[in-house]
Amino acid sequence: MSGFRLYFSYLSMLFRSQMQYRASFLLLTAGQFFIPFAVFASLYFLFERFGQLQGWSFYEVALIFAVIHLAFSIAECFARGFDMFSSLVVSGDFDRLLVRPRSTIVQVLGSQFEFTRFGRLLQGAIVLAVALINLPIAWNAAKIATLVLMIACGVCIFAGIFVLFATMCFWTVQGLEVANVFTDGGREMAQYPLDIYKRWVTVFFTFVIPFGCVNYLPMLFLLDRADGPAAAYMAMPLAGVLFLVPCVLVWRLGVRHYRSTGS
Amino acid sequence: MIELQGISKSFKVAKRSPGIGQAFKALFAREHTIVHALRDVSFSIGEGEIVGYIGPNGAGKSTSIKVMSGILVPDEGSCRIMGHTPWRDRTEYVRSIGVVFGQRSQLWWDVPVLDSFELLKDIYRIREADYRSNLAMLTETLDLEPILQVPVRQLSLGQRMRCEIAASLLHGPRILFLDEPTIGLDAVSKLAVRKFIRTLNEEKGVTVILTTHDMSDIEALAGRILMIGKGTLLYDGTIEKLRSRFGTERKITVDHEPSEKAPEVPGATLLSWTGERTVLSVDTERNRMADVLSRLTGQIELIDVSVEAKPVDEMIVELYREHRI
Repeated sequence: MSGFRLYFSYLSMLFRSQMQYRASFLLLTAGQFFIPFAVFASLYFLFERFGQLQGWSFYEVALIFAVIHLAFSIAECFARGFDMFSSLVVSGDFDRLLVRPRSTIVQVLGSQFEFTRFGRLLQGAIVLAVALINLPIAWNAAKIATLVLMIACGVCIFAGIFVLFATMCFWTVQGLEVANVFTDGGREMAQYPLDIYKRWVTVFFTFVIPFGCVNYLPMLFLLDRADGPAAAYMAMPLAGVLFLVPCVLVWRLGVRHYRSTGS
Repeated sequence: MIELQGISKSFKVAKRSPGIGQAFKALFAREHTIVHALRDVSFSIGEGEIVGYIGPNGAGKSTSIKVMSGILVPDEGSCRIMGHTPWRDRTEYVRSIGVVFGQRSQLWWDVPVLDSFELLKDIYRIREADYRSNLAMLTETLDLEPILQVPVRQLSLGQRMRCEIAASLLHGPRILFLDEPTIGLDAVSKLAVRKFIRTLNEEKGVTVILTTHDMSDIEALAGRILMIGKGTLLYDGTIEKLRSRFGTERKITVDHEPSEKAPEVPGATLLSWTGERTVLSVDTERNRMADVLSRLTGQIELIDVSVEAKPVDEMIVELYREHRI
């Protein structure tokens, strides 16, 4: 996998660039650490007031919250290149990527990395730790693997959304704020157990953008609340990987379109 | 080495009308106009040539460079470069070309130049030994030693351009595309860049295709000019040929002892006369320069004479005018 090796060469380059601006890096990281705290605090006070949310305890919701926030911040770190892709097209630097003998995906991934998101990552990790300590989960290898899979596949979903909306830049460079409805909006929705929503919302976030598959459903398995074969619940998060497939195909289509229109 | 056959390319460009009402309308029904960027362009370039690619803005220069470097897929026509169709096997093909976009940097802004080179080594999968020897050669000929450790953002434009060119050659390409390599450079850097391109071409046999608006680049480097206008190839030939077509006129400037009246020389047109300086224009196709000068010496006391050929710029403008572009 020389693509991975190249990606790490890119990373080390971006990290050295970032370190040129150390103070700004530290401040931004600290800021990123505190931003989602406000969200989490509101969650806490909600439970303080009502005790529970449709049968979900505070720590259960915290687990769901942590998984989705961790996945989002990791995706923002790694797939930032796609998130910021419009600037690459507008400046014409995408042409440069095309005259290099590597896949466009690796090169776009390697074009940006948001190190300051480590702050948000840390915060997600703390919330996760708090939730796990306080939940009566009987841990075994299968459950640990499921938890890791939940986060990893959550990253895939967010990355997929970034790729999809980056692809739209090939057709239009304006009005891409729509993407936030799905990334930020999806994140806000998916930080609560999906069964509290109306049915169509649940269906959308299970079968179209499978956020439910990476936190809600496998969490039922973690909490031993699942009814049905455990393996099915464990494998649910893989829907996130599946979600990436059409995204990558659409990306290819976009690149082909770009190369025939040059815009 | 490079063979283009009937390449055409047109773009759909959305019409933009002013006003918010129009902008709103455009959301739903865009009007398009078709722009023919290239129409039936054919030429071939042999190994080891330096070709100057010229034409006014929007003539189709960068479109053809994009087609030749595999970025754009044309609507029609075929293009074979070193056995490849550029847009078909892109990753394989681009290994053997280097591209410099004069207006855009390919170096990483905040880190030392050498770090960018190291990353390019990974991108192109250059073997260690090749990388070492190429880097050594480029460092010496482009005089990069003192700037290799400097972050790109601290380099002057001329220094940066030398690094850009080096970056495009690390993987030892057989063809180098230069899109306005001397834009914005000072005289010293300009000369250094030109000298390097010539050396590269002569010693390594690298084929060079350069676009520029600076005709002195062309004059200094290119044996051959391809001129494109409105998407069609208008001229393909040497500078000498162009000169014999448009540049047979010479301007003679004569400083002399004060004279009572302007000298009268048959065959020459008087452009100006100030008493101590006379400027004449002579068409060397119809009159011999020696005759004109000897007639001049018969009438005035010469101090200094200078003869200028028409600058390439003016010939190009005439060529444009001839084709109404």
